[in-house]
Amino acid sequence: MTIYLMCFILFLVGFYGVITKRDLVKIILSLAIMGYSTNLFLIIFAYRTGAHYPILEKGTSVTAMVDPLPQALVLTSIVIELGITALLVALAVRLYGKYKTFDITKIRRLLG
Amino acid sequence: MILPLLIIVPLLTAFLITFIGGKKDTAAVILTLFAVTILLCMSLYSFIITGAQTQTYQMSAWAIPYGISLVLDPLSGFMMVMIAIISFTSALFSIQYIRHLQQDWKYYALFMLLLTGMNGVVMTGDIFNLFVFMEIALFAAFGLVAFGGKAEEYEAAFKYAVMGSVSSTIILFGIAVIYSATSSLTMSVIAQRLPLLDQKMVLWVGGLFMAGFGLKTAAMPFHAWLPDAHSSAPAPISSMLSGVLIKALGVYVLIRFFFNVLGAPRLFLTLFLVLGSISILVGVFLAIGQWDMKRLLAYHSISQIGYILLGLGLASPLAIFGAVFHMFNHALFKSLLFYNAGSVELALGTRNLKHLGNLSRILPVTSGTSMIASLSISGIPPFNGFFSKLVIIIAAIKTGHPVYALVAVVGSLLTLASFMKVQRYGFHGEKIIEKTVNKVGWSMNLAMICLAVLCLVTSALIIPGIREAIMDPVVNVITQKSQYLHVVMGR
Repeated sequence: MTIYLMCFILFLVGFYGVITKRDLVKIILSLAIMGYSTNLFLIIFAYRTGAHYPILEKGTSVTAMVDPLPQALVLTSIVIELGITALLVALAVRLYGKYKTFDITKIRRLLG
Repeated sequence: MILPLLIIVPLLTAFLITFIGGKKDTAAVILTLFAVTILLCMSLYSFIITGAQTQTYQMSAWAIPYGISLVLDPLSGFMMVMIAIISFTSALFSIQYIRHLQQDWKYYALFMLLLTGMNGVVMTGDIFNLFVFMEIALFAAFGLVAFGGKAEEYEAAFKYAVMGSVSSTIILFGIAVIYSATSSLTMSVIAQRLPLLDQKMVLWVGGLFMAGFGLKTAAMPFHAWLPDAHSSAPAPISSMLSGVLIKALGVYVLIRFFFNVLGAPRLFLTLFLVLGSISILVGVFLAIGQWDMKRLLAYHSISQIGYILLGLGLASPLAIFGAVFHMFNHALFKSLLFYNAGSVELALGTRNLKHLGNLSRILPVTSGTSMIASLSISGIPPFNGFFSKLVIIIAAIKTGHPVYALVAVVGSLLTLASFMKVQRYGFHGEKIIEKTVNKVGWSMNLAMICLAVLCLVTSALIIPGIREAIMDPVVNVITQKSQYLHVVMGR
């Protein structure tokens, strides 16, 4: 239970960062932390204490196995996060080129 | 089998465009038009032959609890037709508009990826597959919002990308919770197993998905990104985003998940009602004050999405008919309005209503079609917007929610007021404008005329015989909640 709670706290840390930070780079990092906590959550509920890895070898009879599907999901989700992070960093670089600042409070040419 | 083709065709076109794309965009334009025409024919064909049936397709022939399945039921077919119509006109409109921006084939590649993502989302029967297709559509959308290369566009795209990835993370969290509870990612299996579990799980999952897909739908507390993103994108993309993306990624998934998988819990229906009515009022109030034409239209999207959510929250068959009907109508007239704004911007170089005047002489098609679209969105008969709003209001009174009916009426009146402002200042003002910066070409006019005609023609969906034939199978998918799982599982 504690480990799930800590994972959720990590999620909240990322969320807090997205909401409160002003620096574009810090916002991107906070988003990454949120993504990591979700990946971690997928991995830890797939883990079974004392279980075997999910490959059936000759001559072994396996009782309990670690769930392999969430690991596949995490791989997919890591690739997606890589893409989104690259896109966000590219946008941040372009924004710096236009506004000469990373401060989100100074980047407000759009009307509210 | 036609199901995988609906995803393969746009995906293949996107890659082909990147291969053959050179300095000129002629080849890309031809390929795109070819692909969207094929998609339009295929989706109409599949919607007609599906009728009230459901087709499923197992990817790599893995049976249902293990593999990923594609499901084409009347609701998916309906969404697919909507996406195909808007993307067809949007591609037509893009030809001149994107040449004017002096951009190349990259636009068309991203456009086809956006289409791939949306078609995938409405067809998949697997919840993680839905997430992946959603990300494909969103990536393309972020790129397209930033496409013009101005400072405002990067700013809007950054906001949109941050909001989009927060909501995607929340959705992934929800998927993780579902998988840990039911050990399955197939929606029909989840629908089967979830009622047997602790009902607190429904609250957790529903809450996470409501937050995640609520952000994508841009219902009221989650709306902040929408006006920026939708008004900064190039006009044909604004119409894709406002017309179909928020519906395919937001409303459709909410319907599929809360009605077919969770079985429409009372609590979430109330939430739909409340969020819907807040969206209607606040969206329209914010819209009235705007002078930027596209921004005004973007705020109206929030308000009109409110009507759809209101109809879904009422949950009687009549109300759901109204919601689905309004979803289709909104796609038509909101896309048309964005085309109008785009052609005004192309012709005059501004979209600020204060700088516009009497355009009926120099832009006859644009001002004529914008009148039709404005009457349609404000709910004036005989245009389609009138009938769908009327159905939602009647349903609200019939189910004993007169307050919500009043909200819908007030929202409609305020919509009329704000579009009178658009017409008064934008298209029929005192200042007579004589010369244009650019000419509006035939392809843009054709796109606008197509949608204007459809605005009038789709009113026919209310006529009893036609309604039974076309809309009732769609409504039945939503109202007969558990039917989905039996149909998909093949029992």
